[in-house]
Amino acid sequence: MQVNETFKPTVVAFCCNWCSYAGADLAGTNRLQYPADVKIIRIPCSCRLNPLFILRAFQRGADGVILCGCHPGDCHYTTGNYYARRRMTLLFSMLDYLGIERERTRVEWVSAAEGAKFAETMNDFVETVTRLGENRRLEDLRCKSE
Amino acid sequence: MKKLPLSQLDAFFAALAAGQELYIPAGDAGTAAFTPWREGLKLTPALNTSRSAKDLFFPQVENLVDFKVTGKQIEIIENRAPAKPFVIFGVRACDCRSFDILDKVFLADPADTYYKTRRENGTIVTLACTEPEETCFCTALGIDPANPAGDVSGWIAEDTLYLQANTGKGSALLETLPMLEEGEKPELDQPVFDRLPLKDLDWSAFGGERMMEHFNSPKWASLAESCLGCGSCTFVCPTCQCYDIKDFNTGSEIKRFRCWDSCMYSDFTLMSAGQPRPTQLERFRQRFMHKLVYYPSTHEGEFGCVGCGRCLQKCPISMNIVKVAGTLGKEETP
Amino acid sequence: MQERIKAKAIELLESGVCGRVLGWKTGEFFYDVTPAVFESREEIERDFVFGPFCGANLSKYLIAESRKGGKVGAFLKPCDTYSFQQLQKEHRILPENVYAVGVQCGGMCDIDAIRAAGIKGVLDVEEQGDSLLVHTLYGDKSLDRAAALSERCRVCKSKKILGCAELIGEQGEEQPSARFEQVAELEAMTPEERFAFWRGELSRCIRCNACRNVCPACSCEKCVFDNPSSGAENKAPANSFEENLFHIIRAFHVAGRCTDCGECSRVCPQHIPLHLLNRKFIKDINELYGPYQAGADMDAKPPLVNFQADDPEPSVVRERGTNP
Repeated sequence: MQVNETFKPTVVAFCCNWCSYAGADLAGTNRLQYPADVKIIRIPCSCRLNPLFILRAFQRGADGVILCGCHPGDCHYTTGNYYARRRMTLLFSMLDYLGIERERTRVEWVSAAEGAKFAETMNDFVETVTRLGENRRLEDLRCKSE
Repeated sequence: MKKLPLSQLDAFFAALAAGQELYIPAGDAGTAAFTPWREGLKLTPALNTSRSAKDLFFPQVENLVDFKVTGKQIEIIENRAPAKPFVIFGVRACDCRSFDILDKVFLADPADTYYKTRRENGTIVTLACTEPEETCFCTALGIDPANPAGDVSGWIAEDTLYLQANTGKGSALLETLPMLEEGEKPELDQPVFDRLPLKDLDWSAFGGERMMEHFNSPKWASLAESCLGCGSCTFVCPTCQCYDIKDFNTGSEIKRFRCWDSCMYSDFTLMSAGQPRPTQLERFRQRFMHKLVYYPSTHEGEFGCVGCGRCLQKCPISMNIVKVAGTLGKEETP
Repeated sequence: MQERIKAKAIELLESGVCGRVLGWKTGEFFYDVTPAVFESREEIERDFVFGPFCGANLSKYLIAESRKGGKVGAFLKPCDTYSFQQLQKEHRILPENVYAVGVQCGGMCDIDAIRAAGIKGVLDVEEQGDSLLVHTLYGDKSLDRAAALSERCRVCKSKKILGCAELIGEQGEEQPSARFEQVAELEAMTPEERFAFWRGELSRCIRCNACRNVCPACSCEKCVFDNPSSGAENKAPANSFEENLFHIIRAFHVAGRCTDCGECSRVCPQHIPLHLLNRKFIKDINELYGPYQAGADMDAKPPLVNFQADDPEPSVVRERGTNP
């Protein structure tokens, strides 16, 4: 491993199919820049996000995980994101309770029309995670050895 | 025989740890564990550790080999850590007997080389019991807790530690320790062993002879009824030796590891056709039949139990080998 | 109390109300009682016990017992009745097949707490008012009864008996409890301190699954951690990540359904304070979504299958945690 290479975080963005994934698409077609370190995983609705997915993303080398979904009230399935909101609040609070950096996880609501917000959110999140450095507290060393 | 004033115990541990890794039982009652010795670490006041000493020879998780797949090539990566000598101090007589039981499984042909390497590199220093717990029943299984085996046997009497080497490995170890003086251990009178509530346990009804009779006993149903199917008895047991071998995909390679398994689990020895022991009754029966009947039937009548009493202390619902043997054995007496 | 319960058990059997009753069976010692099903007067007279070491929560057994046909009698302590109601709410216990008798409880002792006080070779205890006289292989020792109590009983939240056909002993009330104090202490630490605390605790985990298997809320037919097809199966904690993974997911899965009966911490062979994980979720739920006690109310909507349009955003975790 090279020592003086600047740290490039791996960020996993779970995006709801109906709003945020389309938002990411719009960011792309509008040629808005956001870091290539963001790996987007499309899910049918923000409430499909099982807490296991987040933990396993960290296990497999993510340094930050963000969930993007439709704005509250605009869920394609009417209420999915309301449930996701409660679940993620409690999960993030538990991660914080276990001493895992609270800035490594985030939820943002991004609509299909908000390509610019998507790019801004990702820029900001990647910057935050870069500042935090490598995920050490929720890492699986087996997945880091090359 | 050698002796050492207890006031010099720290210096003794430091000298032992200078040549190799040293593990001593440390920590509070209930969570005591064999811990790598570091400056300042003290012996536990507890009689025994929560987990048994088998961990040091048969760890809960162990990486066996790695594989890397590139195209159609599979590269096999040997990843064994180089063998390092180590000493375990303070093993009780029961745990020490458990090594004999494990040896018969792991060292039988073909020998388990991972286990064998650790056995060859480990030196066992035992410590005689002076304050047994009410759950202890090693004496009923022919173990003398006041005179434990091991490479080196140890006794603490008054303010002195006495050490007696029993094997070449043991003598070699003691010779490296200049602070030891010659001395003879006084005769210790320990009537407490005659007062142990479980000392008269009679397991003569068990062994290989009445295998089918015990297997078909109708009493298993009520015994197994309350079992939660957890693995706490298995994992604290010094003689439980079942394991599973699994592959972990790291994304860039496969890590093949083995880990302790428990016959109490619903996915124990799971096959494509399903679980051969479909309900908790069969799983529960397996564990106790293994210790009381199957193991003795292939090992000259020796039980797969050393009477350490850990399962008596740790079972969430207090079902254990003493109750099982008591209930099943009762059938036999007229 | 024991005699009244035994008489009731015999009465239930002989009057034909129940075909069998669920209670606690005596063991080798005074403390090692085992949950058991009794089917005859003789068994009850010989083996049935009720005393300060009957801590096991019998509610989980009712999931299977209520499906075996016929009616089963069950003796439930106040905190067991919360689990009993919660499991009915989740349609896990079939209430029509259970005849529940509530038994009032003065707090259950824990043999491990006695051992932790440095007392070895325990043979018997006598309750003498507020203290326990402990007979041991090494003479008699005295101990405050409070010091021998299970942690959950020291911070007992309720003596109220819910959903039972009849009571033995007085009906009790919910009571003020200090059960969130330790959670608050942890919350006040820095993330580094919390991380170190939990590493110290969770690194002792041997993944025996006792916490999961005893838990009334953990009633899945097949747990993801046991299922080779789930992608999350693991039989042993290979490293710190897997230790964290199991306990986070387990606590999350029972969040909003955990009644805080404390069985997980009672049974842990490695004495990991698992109740502190569950209580964190309960405390958060109370603070963020309003007070909620799982099992207390058959009609209240569980917080994780419910929402309000103005629920706090997840960023509340970051904002709330700006200090320290």
